[in-house]
Amino acid sequence: MLTYTFRRLLISIPTLLLIAFVIFMLLELAPGDPMASMPLTIPAEVKQQMREALGLGEPWWVRFPLWLKQFFIVEPAYWIDSAFGTSLADGQQRIISFQSRSPVFDTIAQRLPQTLWVVGMSYVVGVLIALPVGIISAYRQYSVFDQAGTFVSMIGFSVPPFFSGVLLIVIFSVSLGWLPSIYDTTHQVRDWDSFVFQLRQMVMPVMVLALQTTAQISRYMRAAMLDNLGQDYVRTARAKGLSESVVVLRHVLRNSMIPVITVIALGIPSIFGGAIITEQIFKVNGLGQLLIIALQGNDIPMVMTLTFLFAVLIVMFNLIADVLYGVFDPRIRYD
Amino acid sequence: MTDRTANPALPAGDPTPVAPVKDRNQWWDVWDQFRSHKGAMAGLIFLLGITLFCLIGPWLWGLDPAKLDIRNKDLRPIINALWGAENVSWAHPFGTDNLGRDIMAQTMQGGRISLAVGWTAMILAILIGTFVGVIAGYFPRLDGVLMRLTDLFLALPLLPLLLVMMLLFRDPLRAAFGPEQGIFILIVIGIGITSWMQTARIVRGDVLALKEREYVLAARSIGTPSRRVITRHLLPNVLSPIMVSATLGLATAIITESAISFLGLGFPPDYPTWGKLLADAVPRMVSFPERVVWPGLAISLTVLAVNYIGDGLRDALDPRIRGL
Repeated sequence: MLTYTFRRLLISIPTLLLIAFVIFMLLELAPGDPMASMPLTIPAEVKQQMREALGLGEPWWVRFPLWLKQFFIVEPAYWIDSAFGTSLADGQQRIISFQSRSPVFDTIAQRLPQTLWVVGMSYVVGVLIALPVGIISAYRQYSVFDQAGTFVSMIGFSVPPFFSGVLLIVIFSVSLGWLPSIYDTTHQVRDWDSFVFQLRQMVMPVMVLALQTTAQISRYMRAAMLDNLGQDYVRTARAKGLSESVVVLRHVLRNSMIPVITVIALGIPSIFGGAIITEQIFKVNGLGQLLIIALQGNDIPMVMTLTFLFAVLIVMFNLIADVLYGVFDPRIRYD
Repeated sequence: MTDRTANPALPAGDPTPVAPVKDRNQWWDVWDQFRSHKGAMAGLIFLLGITLFCLIGPWLWGLDPAKLDIRNKDLRPIINALWGAENVSWAHPFGTDNLGRDIMAQTMQGGRISLAVGWTAMILAILIGTFVGVIAGYFPRLDGVLMRLTDLFLALPLLPLLLVMMLLFRDPLRAAFGPEQGIFILIVIGIGITSWMQTARIVRGDVLALKEREYVLAARSIGTPSRRVITRHLLPNVLSPIMVSATLGLATAIITESAISFLGLGFPPDYPTWGKLLADAVPRMVSFPERVVWPGLAISLTVLAVNYIGDGLRDALDPRIRGL
């Protein structure tokens, strides 16, 4: 298992380099120019100087390795410096945003907690709803509960977050006035009242994202349970006289969780992508909103870094899912 | 063998000859099974209905969706008359927006664009996916390369990249093909090349299994060239998984296009699509919540209908379920 994990880690390095190259070349070949919005009265040579000040003077085969070095060597060095007080970075150039002229990773570090709170919480809530729904749906197949679960997950697949979110705002903020429609990220939890406020502002974005998660994972849970409920070992367990709850919740559930856990792991990066829209609706200033702003402002270093971070997440969680699959299912041997 | 080729999607490798008595196309069996799925039938009827609404509607309705009528701005939908709203008019049953444009005409026009983008992008994705899948499955030498490529595409963060593409390539394409055609081409190609991977994987898996079958061996032993083996024997047999993933592709393409339009990176502002109408309605949803609901419902119900059709097709095309 360890050798497998190690080998996969080694393979993911060229994959990530290739992805970085693809994203870089896409941004490079695109005809958009960060200088395009500058006034036309600026003389050409001044424009050229501004271009060089932004680091755009060099050809791509100089800038791409430079970006890689900044991403993989300089930025971690700054991290270590700030954590342990060393001086590894030695004042080297960091990745600088075109828009704010501050290091890209500082902005990301400011935005990350909001995204993690909303996205992470919604994923946990979605999984916690999906698992029992899937189990009961499978155990009582074709019952009213199962039909309702199927219908709700169909809705979860079909209603896009930019409609479900807006609909929730119309109902709960506009008509009923129960919940705030804008997520206030400056809010700090100090006492009970502020905690309740935090809960209230989180309810809608979390539910919008959780609906999608629930729809997917409850389907997988149901299918996995159905696969296992018909197996011989279930009949054996029942024939031994084990109680129904032990049969279902211990024997069947544990076996059914194997594929579901990998699906849960695989879904984590995609929820960050889905959060782009949800953050836009509820005005959460997280990573997704940062990406949109950077895109609109032609902020190439920020877009490049953020997109690559999303890619790193996807590759990492693919790996984690595969490794988990091997850990939980002793029949799977990768070696 | 003759009735095998006349009847291409027959379960392959079935040794019993087809009874020639009943001359019935097997697609009728599929249709019968499909009809017994209530959700799928409802979905099909809804999809046909909304397609007709968008295609024929503008002819019958005759109002220009872009025509400004400031005197009649901000009319409420006619249904509001039930609880005594004043500013309603039978001339604008869905109401008008803040510039007096008729919302029903806009919904029809938006539906045309959204459905056209959805169908074209889906067809493009299916073509790419089927091509890559068949080539990878049939030619072992290309398998490794093509599947690595598929894995690479699956590891890309698709929505962010799609947004990047939309932003970076919109101006040159607009200059080359005009504002509407340029963006249309960009969106379709963008969605197409970011959503073919699932189809490719499914098709490759099926082709890998099918090409070991005896009838493929027989076809090759009489000297059939690879191109003909693929078009004559393999493609008809992978048709059902392709059709199922086509419905899924249509649903995701419609949602993706709406998402792009919603984020303001899609079609130009005066060019309605469902996602754009929804996005335009959001800033004024406090006073006019119904304007959010119309396009949102249109998107959601269409996607729901397509998903149900996919569900029904999956059952109808599975010979193990069919005929039970």
